[in-house]
Amino acid sequence: MAKVKLKEFAFARSGDKGDGSNVGVFVTNQRDYEVIKAQLTVERVKRHFHAICKGEVTRYEAPNMLALNFLLRDSLGGGGSESLKTDAQGKTHGLALLEIEVER
Amino acid sequence: MRDKVLIGYGQGFWGDSILGPVRLVREGPLHYLALDYLAEVTMSIMQKLKGRNPKAGYATDFVAMLDRTLPEIHQKGVKVIANAGGVNPQACLQAVLELARKKGVKGLKVGVIEGDDVLARVPELLAGGHGLVNMDDGRPLSAVQDRLLSANVYIGAFAVAECLKAGAQIVIGGRLTDPALVAGPMIHEFGWGPQDFDKLAAGTMAGHIAECGAQCTGGNFTGWREVKDFVRIGYPVIEASPDGSFVVTKHDGTGGLVNRNTVISQLLYEMGDPKRYLGPDCTADFTSAVVEEVGKDRVRLSGIKGGPATPTYKVSLSYQNGFKATGQLTVSGPDAVAKAKLCADIVWGRLALDGCTFAEHEKLVEIVGAGVCHAGINEASDPPEVVLRLGVKCADEDKVDRFGMEIVPLVTSGPPGVTGFAGGRPKATDIVGYWPALLDKTQVKTTVRVEVS
Repeated sequence: MAKVKLKEFAFARSGDKGDGSNVGVFVTNQRDYEVIKAQLTVERVKRHFHAICKGEVTRYEAPNMLALNFLLRDSLGGGGSESLKTDAQGKTHGLALLEIEVER
Repeated sequence: MRDKVLIGYGQGFWGDSILGPVRLVREGPLHYLALDYLAEVTMSIMQKLKGRNPKAGYATDFVAMLDRTLPEIHQKGVKVIANAGGVNPQACLQAVLELARKKGVKGLKVGVIEGDDVLARVPELLAGGHGLVNMDDGRPLSAVQDRLLSANVYIGAFAVAECLKAGAQIVIGGRLTDPALVAGPMIHEFGWGPQDFDKLAAGTMAGHIAECGAQCTGGNFTGWREVKDFVRIGYPVIEASPDGSFVVTKHDGTGGLVNRNTVISQLLYEMGDPKRYLGPDCTADFTSAVVEEVGKDRVRLSGIKGGPATPTYKVSLSYQNGFKATGQLTVSGPDAVAKAKLCADIVWGRLALDGCTFAEHEKLVEIVGAGVCHAGINEASDPPEVVLRLGVKCADEDKVDRFGMEIVPLVTSGPPGVTGFAGGRPKATDIVGYWPALLDKTQVKTTVRVEVS
């Protein structure tokens, strides 16, 4: 087992859902899927986004795509036209998630 | 019945490149061209334009695109489906007919779908007991009714199929869902019915993959180093089959990349619960799809399962919700971050001196370059320069404008190294509030009409 950042082996995409964002992350084989399922817990993701996400985090699984999908509520400073933030649509949150380090 | 229907998606949002649709028409085989021109705030902007000019309120980019492609589209028989009608599909129809006549294109059948715009009907709906309460926070619409800017129902794929059946080569809708632009032609070509939930779910999923244009063909892909020739990136083509399976691909010779990873990336975009993707025609289970690479730049999806839709339509309402402004300056090093923080404090302090204060939640300070997008995750302590971005929002337009006057003075009355003040004073702009609601399907009736050039 070595410590490795998700960006070395996983893919991600994010976008807005109201005043929150969604971050989808997926891998390319079952072994890595077990790694992210076990280590990318709601608590871990919430802690990682502590300065961005002010609301609750929900996790969904899509095993056919070897994917996890996270909803980060209250992460866009109001969302849509209400937000003053540069990344008002959470476009960069996927890349931020890929900075998480896991044991693999 | 065709056994393969080719549906290209040439426009992912209002403001996408005109090269998308122009090249889809020119660079390979195509039966349908789907184009999305709307976003949540677009409708409110269009209502304003229509208020000033009864012939405005639709996506003029659509007419500009046809100006470059109409003779070829007509000659090749490519059918075009676009939600370019905005809040004035009728005016969009007339503009397209006028363009056809100007181009000497005779016999072009142009159809419109109407019935999504319920702004004028809001009082009647409320009186009838349809509360249009905010889906996110449960507030009643009365809280913002006097400030409403737009109200549009998300219309599904059967209205598109009906317009195609009526003979339209160009289908113009208002607030059609993005996936309906793809599922509509499938329903029309393959004769799917309202109970064919698995097939409707497949059409919805195909539409979801294609609806952001090049975001499934290599755009915005975290494996971007693998993507060749972004300049000539191919926009997606869905090869649909009557059984509901489909292949995501792009035209031969175009740039970009279609593989399992680019397609799954887009499947996850703006996703909630992947088991329950709600649409006006069905509920789709994205976890049921088998996703497999079947050739170079070809990804096949099959086995998709769906279920009945809910008894309500989603309605997107917008309302005036105050004013905002943002402004920015560049601050060079040394000590760029410390000086940028000082600049922000100076602006708030000087505004307070003049009796203009904002609450914490009304203010924004971003030090771009020091870790804004990935705050708390990836930050730089001493970058050579930063962009200081300041913003405010509140109900008082004059206060927002007052804020805009205190940014540029920092160049001569703040710390050294402040520059990049091009663009002048930021001015207050409207904040468009978004109000999602549900409406009983029995309250909405769409109509289609076809006219000929």
